[in-house]
Amino acid sequence: MTASTETGHPNVLAKAVREGLFAGVIAFFMFLLFVGIETYQDINNALVWRTRWGLLAIFVAVAAVGRFLTVGFIKPHVDRRKLAKAKSGVLEISENKSFFHRHFLKIALVFLLVYPFLSLLIVGKQGSLKYVDNFGIQILIYVMLAWGLNIVVGLAGLLDLGYVAFYAVGAYSYALLSSYFGLSFWLLLPMSGILAALWGIILGFPVLRLRGDYLAIVTLAFGEIIRLVLINWTDVTKGTFGISGIAKASFFGIWSFDTGSANSFVKAWGLSASSVYYKIFLFYIILALCMLTAYVTIRLRRMPIGRAWEALREDEIACRSLGINTVTTKLTAFATGAMFGGVAGSFFATRQGFVSPESFVFLESAVILAIVVLGGMGSLTGIAIAAVVMVGGTEVLREMSFLKAVFGPDFTPELYRMLLFGLAMIIVMLFKPRGFVGSREPTAFLKERRAVSGSFTKEGHG
Amino acid sequence: MAPGTTTMTSGIAGDTILKVEHLSMKFGGLMAINDLSLEVRRGEITALIGPNGAGKTTVFNCITGFYKPTMGMLTLQRRDGKEYLLERLRDFEIPKLAGVARTFQNIRLFSGLTVLENLLVAQHNALMKASGYTILGLLGLPAYSRAVDASIEKAKYWLDKADLTDRADDPAGDLPYGAQRRLEIARAMCTNPELLCLDEPAAGLNPRESAALNTLLHQIRDEGASILLIEHDMSVVMEISDHVVVLEYGQKISDGSPDHVKNDPRVIAAYLGVEDDEVEEVIAVELEGGNH
Repeated sequence: MTASTETGHPNVLAKAVREGLFAGVIAFFMFLLFVGIETYQDINNALVWRTRWGLLAIFVAVAAVGRFLTVGFIKPHVDRRKLAKAKSGVLEISENKSFFHRHFLKIALVFLLVYPFLSLLIVGKQGSLKYVDNFGIQILIYVMLAWGLNIVVGLAGLLDLGYVAFYAVGAYSYALLSSYFGLSFWLLLPMSGILAALWGIILGFPVLRLRGDYLAIVTLAFGEIIRLVLINWTDVTKGTFGISGIAKASFFGIWSFDTGSANSFVKAWGLSASSVYYKIFLFYIILALCMLTAYVTIRLRRMPIGRAWEALREDEIACRSLGINTVTTKLTAFATGAMFGGVAGSFFATRQGFVSPESFVFLESAVILAIVVLGGMGSLTGIAIAAVVMVGGTEVLREMSFLKAVFGPDFTPELYRMLLFGLAMIIVMLFKPRGFVGSREPTAFLKERRAVSGSFTKEGHG
Repeated sequence: MAPGTTTMTSGIAGDTILKVEHLSMKFGGLMAINDLSLEVRRGEITALIGPNGAGKTTVFNCITGFYKPTMGMLTLQRRDGKEYLLERLRDFEIPKLAGVARTFQNIRLFSGLTVLENLLVAQHNALMKASGYTILGLLGLPAYSRAVDASIEKAKYWLDKADLTDRADDPAGDLPYGAQRRLEIARAMCTNPELLCLDEPAAGLNPRESAALNTLLHQIRDEGASILLIEHDMSVVMEISDHVVVLEYGQKISDGSPDHVKNDPRVIAAYLGVEDDEVEEVIAVELEGGNH
């Protein structure tokens, strides 16, 4: 046993070479049609194809060499470290966590609070537009959506594949009510949440007697119905053209962010005209909305209703035997989740200034659900990390020009976003099948609060 | 909690908590229960026994609302004199309004919640009311925090009774089998039931755990709750029950004190599997004996 774990041992090396070649062969057949052949249009607009053997060779080489290094060097190295640790008697689960680990939440919050100014300082006004808007606001919208869905999927264990419908209800509520009736953002923000919750109840009432796969299919259909209504009800929603020129949020009614306005924010503070101030303002709004979502979720978990949600996820029949009305309990979970989706939607509408059914396709629901599952169902911290990784990751991929050095100058990393995305998800699920944070915090305790391991919690089936 | 037999005012016999009349349950062509009538007396431990497939769990599921009976009437009388027709209530209303709690043959705990949380979930309805259906609770009113303290006190009380105080903060799924059985009973008791229905509480317990269970059940009875239990283990049944009802093929074949049932030839025949004509003989012999 000890002999085979040593690096450079002929057995290990031979095995590494064998597995490397094997991985290369698999990669060759896997990528042969994906990468090796490319279709394009010639001058006559006819579709023809050409081969890309060079790129295919790089893919195969990366797979083969990667596998060779993993089996031959990395794995023996990790094994040896584990063995050394086991011999020295230091437990893997150490009580003394690092300073960063213990104060992670506080550090993260402080970082978020200073983030817009930090980016303003480092990259200047024009440069920080990208960091505040594309990274900051974009990620925080998904954090809020995922935290909202977490109530439905993570706590109550109801698989909802149509969550984006409530996001759409919120966005269109704001877009329509503000452009037809001129209502302000601060009035419409809670109102679109209430409207989305109402739709959650309307959908939930007939549907929540279904369980598991059936519930998932019906919610999926609901998401599509909302999208199709938005496309086809052209008199009101302007169909696929979408609604543009949606009013910006004002600074609590005191200053406006419209450049031509008399009481414009920039003029009042004597700043030079730039849209970055509005973006920074939006960043703090969505940050506050996220904090509100987290606060409500944490409070609700300690209330009887929150405990009933989690009990419902664990065992619905036992819930009924204890006198819990499972229909209303499910309905409240659905409505609460929908409400946060709706609020996020109205924020999305004001940030974009434009909504169209394009933004509310099934893929959005899938991404939000993936964030919840990847983060660890029920865990706010895990879900926030997953949102940063998933949403931030796709944004970062746009920037990865150094990949061109490996894969040649024609390589456009954006095109491979979804491929890498899927790969990353598979890797995370292999090593952390319960998500980044798989354990759950108990809501009450007698002597000490101990996290409940993910192996005891259930995913729910209805 | 005083045994409230004196407050009985109206309706069925003063000491009866549950009256099952002409209960029938049909699954397709299968008659699982056929015209069954029985009574559960207040403050007693009543055992429902019978061979496998006799319909014991079906009776339980009818009483606790998981099945709607094909025919028959299930009348539950609460201590304050109110009567409930269980077959007309929805499943979650039976524990909530009629005060009937149950456990399951295959334990159904909230395994990912801690032991304490399991007991708090059981007090859902009381806490919901105290929290003003969540709204007042979110504001943190003192009335709600008092209710929370009271619920934790009650949980502690039953943790102590079930000998689980040391493991209060562990996930329920982490407990050994016997402790899970006790926790399920404690959880049912946290709903303040007047009738506790236990589906094979002693199944799979070792002798020591079984003895601990008997003490727990006696304590529950002495505090005023009535118990209806299904059991296979005859030693448990004979030791703890005050009244035994025997089922076979969905029909009642015997009803009475443990001693009476133990010596009933039909029960012996049902359990030992005597041929039908032999039963006739046994009964005939018994009847002759009785006539002397």
